[in-house]
Amino acid sequence: MVAWTEFERATIQDIFSKIDYDVVGPAALSRCLVVYPWTQRYFGNFGNLYNAAAIMGNPLVAKHGTTILNGLERAVKDMDNIKTTYAELSVLHSEKLHVDPDNFKLLSDCLTIVVAAQFGKAFTAEVQAAFQKFLAVVVSSLGRQYH
Amino acid sequence: MLSKKQKDLIAEIWEGLISVADDIGADALLSVSCVPRSVRRMFASYPGTKTYFSHLDISHRSAHLLSHGKKIVLAIAEGAKDISQLTVTLAPLQTLHAYQLRIDPTNFKLFSHCMLVSLACHMGEDFTPEAHAAMDKYLSAFAAVLAEKYR
Repeated sequence: MVAWTEFERATIQDIFSKIDYDVVGPAALSRCLVVYPWTQRYFGNFGNLYNAAAIMGNPLVAKHGTTILNGLERAVKDMDNIKTTYAELSVLHSEKLHVDPDNFKLLSDCLTIVVAAQFGKAFTAEVQAAFQKFLAVVVSSLGRQYH
Repeated sequence: MLSKKQKDLIAEIWEGLISVADDIGADALLSVSCVPRSVRRMFASYPGTKTYFSHLDISHRSAHLLSHGKKIVLAIAEGAKDISQLTVTLAPLQTLHAYQLRIDPTNFKLFSHCMLVSLACHMGEDFTPEAHAAMDKYLSAFAAVLAEKYR
């Protein structure tokens, strides 16, 4: 069981209440595909990912980005049961999608950067630590059912 | 490794940061921006990194933290001026890290990530995916060169 401080709980709720999933989701996923181009291997059927502009403007990427953020919200709403929340998705990513779990960390780093850019100075060292702890728990849960 | 476009982007970003320093004084830059904050971020998110600083006072805004942060940013900025010469520019630092400091290279990645976060906070929308990619690539190259003499 993960122990969350009051500060961490409040910080996570605060951040997610202030981000637009339709903006941040697509921004994070497309950033990941640009900064770590090898992650494109999982999106072969997404159409044009030829350059940064194509990726940033790709509607399938945008849609998937929003899906991911909505998926994250499930953990935000039940921070004490993240492992259980993602058990099924973990199986899916392992057995069906065959995604190397290292990629979850890459996406979470990009999400951190997108959120940092939006919050600016308000994204303090302590806020960052709380946000990264949350994402680390999510990432760990998503990798848990791999065998 | 880095394309010309990426090198130009990196040089531009660092010039922009250093030029702010000229306006408000080098110390002011280093106390309001990037590197001391990156070091603080790293200590907050990755407490294991603090173990390398047991001999210094690394509390918030301590003189040690600021001067250390300054050393690091100057080295990174210096390297950005001519990336093709990184091995030459960093030779003394390579020796220092390999034989004296012996910091586990995984920590370079952690610090680089925190630098990117600081840059994002500072530049907001201007920290585009292309700038992010170029900077990440540069910091990875920098870290790799730094660790070259380890073994």
